[in-house]
Parts: sequence; C-alpha cells; structure tokens
Amino acid sequence: MKDLSVKVAGITFPNPVIAASGTYGFGDEYSPLYPLNRLGGISCKGTTINKKLGNLPPRIAETTAGMLNSVGLQNPGVEAFVDYYLPELKKNGNVIIANIAGAELDDYRKVAQRLDSTDVDMLELNISCPNVKQGGATWGTTCEGAAAVTKAVRNSTKKPIMVKLTPNVTNITEIAKAVEAEGADCLSLINTLLGMRIDIRTKRPILHNNVGGFSGPAIFPVAVRMVWQVANAVNIDVVGMGGISTGEDAVEMMMAGAKAVQVGTAIFTDPYAPLKIIDGIERYMVENNIESLSEISGSVNPW
Amino acid sequence: MHCSSYKITEKRAISENIFSFVIYCPEVAEEAKCGQFVHIRVPGCTLRRPISICEVNRADGTLRIVFEIRGAGTEKLAELNKGGFIDMIAPLGNGFTVSKLPEGKRAVVVGGGIGVPPMLQTAKSCKKSTAILGFRSFDRVILKRDFEENGIETVICTDDGSVGYHGMISDPLSRELEKGDVGAVFACGPKPMLASVIQLTKEYGVFCEISLEERMACGVGACVGCVCRIMRGGEERLLRVCREGPVFNAEEVIL
Repeated sequence: MKDLSVKVAGITFPNPVIAASGTYGFGDEYSPLYPLNRLGGISCKGTTINKKLGNLPPRIAETTAGMLNSVGLQNPGVEAFVDYYLPELKKNGNVIIANIAGAELDDYRKVAQRLDSTDVDMLELNISCPNVKQGGATWGTTCEGAAAVTKAVRNSTKKPIMVKLTPNVTNITEIAKAVEAEGADCLSLINTLLGMRIDIRTKRPILHNNVGGFSGPAIFPVAVRMVWQVANAVNIDVVGMGGISTGEDAVEMMMAGAKAVQVGTAIFTDPYAPLKIIDGIERYMVENNIESLSEISGSVNPW
Repeated sequence: MHCSSYKITEKRAISENIFSFVIYCPEVAEEAKCGQFVHIRVPGCTLRRPISICEVNRADGTLRIVFEIRGAGTEKLAELNKGGFIDMIAPLGNGFTVSKLPEGKRAVVVGGGIGVPPMLQTAKSCKKSTAILGFRSFDRVILKRDFEENGIETVICTDDGSVGYHGMISDPLSRELEKGDVGAVFACGPKPMLASVIQLTKEYGVFCEISLEERMACGVGACVGCVCRIMRGGEERLLRVCREGPVFNAEEVIL
C-alpha cells in the first residue's frame, strides 16, 4: 500500500481524487455502491444562499467524448446543506469541500459566513458557472470580478479558499494571479467550456438554455494545458480537473502541476471511476518506485 | 441499486430496429419493480442510456428490456449479443404504485410506441388489467402476444388504421373508463398521448400515474440533469426523472 495522501492549502486529503462539484450531488446518491470515504474528498453541489430552481430541461446533451450540461445551479440552499447534507457527509469521515455560488458579492459573503462555523474543510468559489445569467461566469471572466469575489469571501471566513477558474477567458493566468493576490489558498481548474449542440431536425438547440458547459474526455488536453500554465504562474496549490477518466490521466494532470485532481463526468460513465483512478495512480507509483505524490506534481520536463 | 456487468441470456429482434434482451442479474431482479429502469453503459459513449424494465422474472433471476435503435448509442447496444455482458446501474427510479389499485377494480395500462415495454410488467403486476397500446402502423406493433399470453385483454390502436382501432388511444380509453370498474390508469408514451390520458382520467376521476423521460446523465440523482416540471405542494418544482420519477402522479405533471 502506497501513501497517496496529499496536502492542498494545508488540508490533508487521504488520496488526490476528489469528486467534482455538480457531478456527485451531496454524496448520498453513490453511497449504496461504495463507502464514500474511499474518495480523497467530495466537492459538493454548488450551493447558494437561497434554494435555486435551476434551468428548464433539457439540461443534458451528449457530444463526442463528452457532454454539455445546463443545470443552472439547482440546489436546496445553504441552510439545507448545513442542516441535512453536511452532517451526513461528515459521518463518513470525508474531506468536504463546499462549493459556493451567487449572483451578488453579498451572496458569496453570506454563504461563506454561514459555512465558517461548520465542519466544512474548504470552500470552493464557483465564479465560473456558465449556466446562470447573473453572476457565475461573469465574476470569473475578469481579473477585477474574480479578485472582488475572492476578497469578499476572504474577509468572511477563516476556512481555506479554493477558487474554481473558468477556461472561457483569454488569459487564465492573469485571473489566477489576481485571485492569488486577494488571498486565495488554492485554485481548481478548469470548469466547463461553453458549448452548444443543435438538433438539426427541429433546428432547436438541444439545451433549453441554448448553451451549456462542455465537459468530459474531449476537454482533457485543454485542461492539462491550462493547469500547466497556471501552476507555473502562481505559488499557491492547483487542483486539476477537466476530462480526467483514468489513473494515467490523473498522473498526467499532476505532472502538469496539479497537487490533486477532481473527477466529474467520468463518474456518469462509470460510478466506480474515482476508485479506478485511485488504483491507477497507485499502480503508477508502484511501477515507477514513487513514494510520494509530491514527486509527480509539476514534474513535467518541458521542451 | 447495483452497478455491475451482467450476462445477456437472450437477444431477439422483435421488430425493425427494436430489440429484446433478457439479462441474468438475480440481485437486480430481486429488487426491481414495474416502471423502474436500468442505466446501461454504451462502449464509446460518455453517457449511459436509460432503458425501462419490460419484465422481471425473480424465479429465473432475470430482467427483460426492450429498446429501439434511436441513435449511435442504442445502435451500439444492439450490437451486443447473447452470452455477452452488459454494464448497468439498476434498478433505478420509483416505478408505478400498482398497490394503489383498489381491491376488485381493474387497471388500464396505456402504452405508445417504445413506451409500451414498461407497461407489460405493470399490467402483469396488477390483479386485473386491460392494455391499450398505440402504434404508428401494423408493422410497428410490439409485445401484443406477450400481453395476451399473460391473460391481459389487449386493445391495439394504429395511427393509420392498418390494424386494430384506427386512431389515438383516447377513444378506447374513454370506453374503458365509461365502464366504471377502472381503479387506476398507468401510462407511458409520447407527450400528446400522455396529455390525453391525463385529461381523460381527470374527467373520470380515476387515479393515474404516467412515466416521463428526459435527457439523463448520472441516472442516480447526483447531477440534477434530467428534471421535469412538477406541481407539488402548491408550487412548481423541477424534479429528477431518475430519482423522484420516472413515474409521477398525473395530477402533478406539467407537460
């Protein structure tokens, strides 16, 4: 048994594979299949101050080697998360990341304040949701917006803050540096790429929201590139995500500079994907005589 | 709920582009109810395909599914053969509440096109039932004999009148409801058909449940992708077809 533990922003994860926000609900749906504490951590469904209805269906479209979604942050609100879901999750002993979203700065502030006194291990700031008209991505696409949300949350909580970056920008490293300067403890990237599919029989977009977030294996090279660029531009930890579906993918993402990874869409294809990815990472460590994952993170040797 | 690979013990083409698989999965068969579905992994596809359960055979430890080739995913599924393995999460969803059928009353199950398969197990799960099945034309009719062999009185309707009643299921359904002994209606099919079922059962004051479908990702409730519009507790909600559904009370559904 290898030691797969990693430390991200001062928090120790038993292994580097975290279920990505929006793909794992609040964990309970998958608990009939395997003990949730086999995961490195769980990033919970994006949570807002009040409950949110989300977008009208259809919300899902399949693509070549991926999918689009336009859920629009449907969630029960922060009180339901704290009262009901969080205690259940903590019973399993998992590292829990709360993913918080909002339209106004004050929304982020209030959710962060509410979570400050709870058992949540880390806050992930969703400033990159492509599926809500107000807020979400609009915060994450400018240095000023991203910095403002980070600052507001920084002043509202002592919990470690992970800022989730959108790839739908011209220069992701500038955004990364801007949130680092405002006190982000770590970064997670990439959120989904904005995409669209059209039903050519009806001439209608498949998604009711017309456009949605593109995820899955197809976006993996984009994610690796951005993680590599960002990891080289900042001094805080980076958690890599975007299309990871195998242990090899996870190792590659860590080589690019990620300390840990998040897995999302792969879970839809195979609910056991996170466990298989953990096994795959361990196998790579055994085969290559690696004792600690810190030997892998950022070890890419560029031309 | 289980997620594993199960052996296909029988494969048949029952109509053009429509296939019937029998799958050996005792643990799933033990739990499965009519109206539930299985979520099947398709080689080469990111998303699984939700397919309704057509029959449950606990004694044999098998499930039967019937599906139509609709696109690249179901085409791949149809390439699987007897003796091969199928990876599925199952059983999923809530299923029809056949226990709501009052003692001594009769159920009417209504199916349209590829919405017919789940109605077979549903009809079999009711003490007494009549099936009204709608298809485009005679060559699209499926499972008629399966219903009849199980002692279920079966009315076939076709859009072009090439076999059975010429027209929609609504006329035969009102005739059945008129008889006064119908205690519940269960339905699955295209939206216009469901709309007329909802309207008629409301008119006659008969308990009715319908099965909905929506584009789906995880299948277990985690992604909140497959929602449909439901009136519940005096407000409109977006509920998950895979978790709170696929079966909903007809009075709550906003089509």
